[in-house]
Amino acid sequence: MGQRTRRRDQGRYRGPRRASGNGLLVVILGLPVLAGVAGTILPAFGYLPALGGLRPTMAHLTELAGQPHILRSVLIALAAGLVTTSAALAIVGTFIAGFAGTPVFARIHHLVSPLLAVPHAAAAFALAFLIAPSGLLLRLISPELTGFTRPPDWLLPNDPLALSMIAGLITKEVPFLFLVTLAALPQLPLRRAQQLAAALGYGRVSGFLISLWPTLYRQIRLPVFAVLAYSVSVVDVAMILGPQLPATLPVRIAHWAADHDLRVRFLASAGALLQLFVVVAAMAIWLALERLGKLARTSMTFAGTRLRKDMVVRAMSGMAMAGCAAIIFSGLAALFIWSVAGLWPFPNALPGAITGKIWLRALPQISGPLLTTVGLALSASALALIIAILLLHRNGAGQAGNGASYKLLYLPLLVPEISFVFGLQILAIAVGFTPAFPSVLAVHLLFVLPYVLLSLSAPWRELDPRYERIAAGLGKSPVRILLTVRLPLLFRACLTALAVGFSVSVSLYLPTLLIGAGRLTTITTEAVALSAGGDRRVIGVYALVQAALPFLAFLVASLGPQLLFRNRRAMRM
Amino acid sequence: MQAADDPMPLTLADVTIRLAERTLLSVSATVLPGEVLTVMGPSGSGKSTLLAFAGGFLDPAFRVSGRILIGSRDLTDVPANERRAGILFQDPLLFPHLSAGGNIMFAIPQAVKGHRARRQIAEQALEQVGLAGFFDRDPETLSGGQKARVALQRTLVSAPRYLLLDEPFSKLDMALRQQTRALVFSKAKAAGIPIILVTHDSADAEAAGGRVIEVGTEGGA
Repeated sequence: MGQRTRRRDQGRYRGPRRASGNGLLVVILGLPVLAGVAGTILPAFGYLPALGGLRPTMAHLTELAGQPHILRSVLIALAAGLVTTSAALAIVGTFIAGFAGTPVFARIHHLVSPLLAVPHAAAAFALAFLIAPSGLLLRLISPELTGFTRPPDWLLPNDPLALSMIAGLITKEVPFLFLVTLAALPQLPLRRAQQLAAALGYGRVSGFLISLWPTLYRQIRLPVFAVLAYSVSVVDVAMILGPQLPATLPVRIAHWAADHDLRVRFLASAGALLQLFVVVAAMAIWLALERLGKLARTSMTFAGTRLRKDMVVRAMSGMAMAGCAAIIFSGLAALFIWSVAGLWPFPNALPGAITGKIWLRALPQISGPLLTTVGLALSASALALIIAILLLHRNGAGQAGNGASYKLLYLPLLVPEISFVFGLQILAIAVGFTPAFPSVLAVHLLFVLPYVLLSLSAPWRELDPRYERIAAGLGKSPVRILLTVRLPLLFRACLTALAVGFSVSVSLYLPTLLIGAGRLTTITTEAVALSAGGDRRVIGVYALVQAALPFLAFLVASLGPQLLFRNRRAMRM
Repeated sequence: MQAADDPMPLTLADVTIRLAERTLLSVSATVLPGEVLTVMGPSGSGKSTLLAFAGGFLDPAFRVSGRILIGSRDLTDVPANERRAGILFQDPLLFPHLSAGGNIMFAIPQAVKGHRARRQIAEQALEQVGLAGFFDRDPETLSGGQKARVALQRTLVSAPRYLLLDEPFSKLDMALRQQTRALVFSKAKAAGIPIILVTHDSADAEAAGGRVIEVGTEGGA
């Protein structure tokens, strides 16, 4: 039989091996998440032999239900997540609809991209330092416009409706969704659709919404759900900006989970189980919202609504995009000013004296956590890069565009952190694991690997396959081709993936806190710990160091090829 | 240059390429050492697919029946890196992270030991095509014609069993095209191995001076 049928597999004649590669991904990402969720659920019903819980009981769930204001904590978290996600998506969607293919688009792109590297906690501090009653914004307009000579008694940034928390989350989720959308955009017939819609008399935004949005949204749907799950379950930003008394549910769980009294872990388990349901509820609501949106769009389409004069909407979306960058950058500036401020009485816009004392005082304390942070981030990103390369080498980079075979990657991003990381902590206690560098590293890897793989798979797919064909024709084995052709050609992409992984690891708060159990502290855990009544000047130092680390990583990633391939012009671009 | 083992004829036995239910082309031919078989046809006729089949890197969307043999050895199921098929594409595709000489050294068979011996072969290979002293040059700084010559030598030093040319001249301008074409054919024939050229340019076929199979003109659909 000469008939030879080959399955579609990215032209790499490696069909049968894909299953085993995905199996690897299941083991690395799927198992820990499932085990973590199990480790959360069992203690919630009283089963945790290590802490003497042997008999199934509803007592802990009842105890949870009896916690003061628990319903409010749940609803605030749920609402904040939904509002954040819809607002961020609306801003990004309208902006792309209104500006894709214009010079403004490119400018905003450059402005917003660096925001992705700013850790959530640092961004939250940046916002807090701007909007607090004694923050930079009020100082700039006081007393001239406000008449305040003393900071007003406002409950900011920890307002009970979580508005500052939502604002903080939006400034970080907008850049994320924007860059995800940007990656999907080239596959759309943007110009043709725009011209067609314009010829039919549609405004830019409504034309885009009707012609391109459904396809685009389908491609970014998983990241959108990841944003939703994240913002419903966020802990560090909520601690810095969120409401207190009651705090949001995830914050309260985090406190219970870190309680010195180990028996409180049962309560934390019950809470983490509840959080899982809150996220499921949020997703169900989101699905309903998707339906509603679709209905609205359909009726708009059938009614032929043109919305020709959409200048105001477009301008607003552009301003919102630029506003995210403005908030974070000016907030970081405010952090810096605080960190070097001497005496700085309200309402002076600038401190009376500049001093390096705070930095000098903080540096000895910071060096330990800094070393841990960098060590964790370097090892997690390097490990993730190696695993990502192995997976991509075995499986190919997935079909162009959707990366269908890598949907599993989103699992750790869709299950609320607190619900499975806490379970992992419980499991660690159960098997008598002492918290140490390797266990924290393993948890970091769970979060770092998806981002590293996502970052590397697009360039991996886009490399001209003919380079490898030539090398194969020259008789080189697949491994040699990988080492001598593909990886050198993807050197820049690998460095970028490393920097992405590094930033993700640096910004991880909850996994470090829960698995490190206070014995392994990073810049991030220290900074968030300081947020409760800490000294502003010291917070400034920590938050700046935290924000600086990812920037340094990306700086190295962009300089590396310049240095290593000084004499190779094509490698430096 | 590296002494190749005894040149053997290349046989395409009843090779039929299908995409979905459509038959793109059907070829049976034996190409003798030093002979050029030209497969001519418009784009989309499956001629590049034939080359991919011969090289061992076929896109799995295509279904192919038939065998490819070198001498009496069946290569159909042999992986690309064990076939020793020299390939020249439309673009020179010099590895951008290596120097011009590095590109050639990369291609020299591993049987040639010793850095000095390998470097000498590479330098000679450059010299043969008028690029003496270009060893350390960044490929990106070479002209189009120079790149094409380095790519040719990179293929030839690897002592291929047969040569596959995928419209290698189509991106060169007129004057350079004739010059490069003459160089490639004279050196390829001198190597004494079977050559398959796919092209849509009848001038290529003429210069090749061998048998021509036209595909995609009739009966293709």
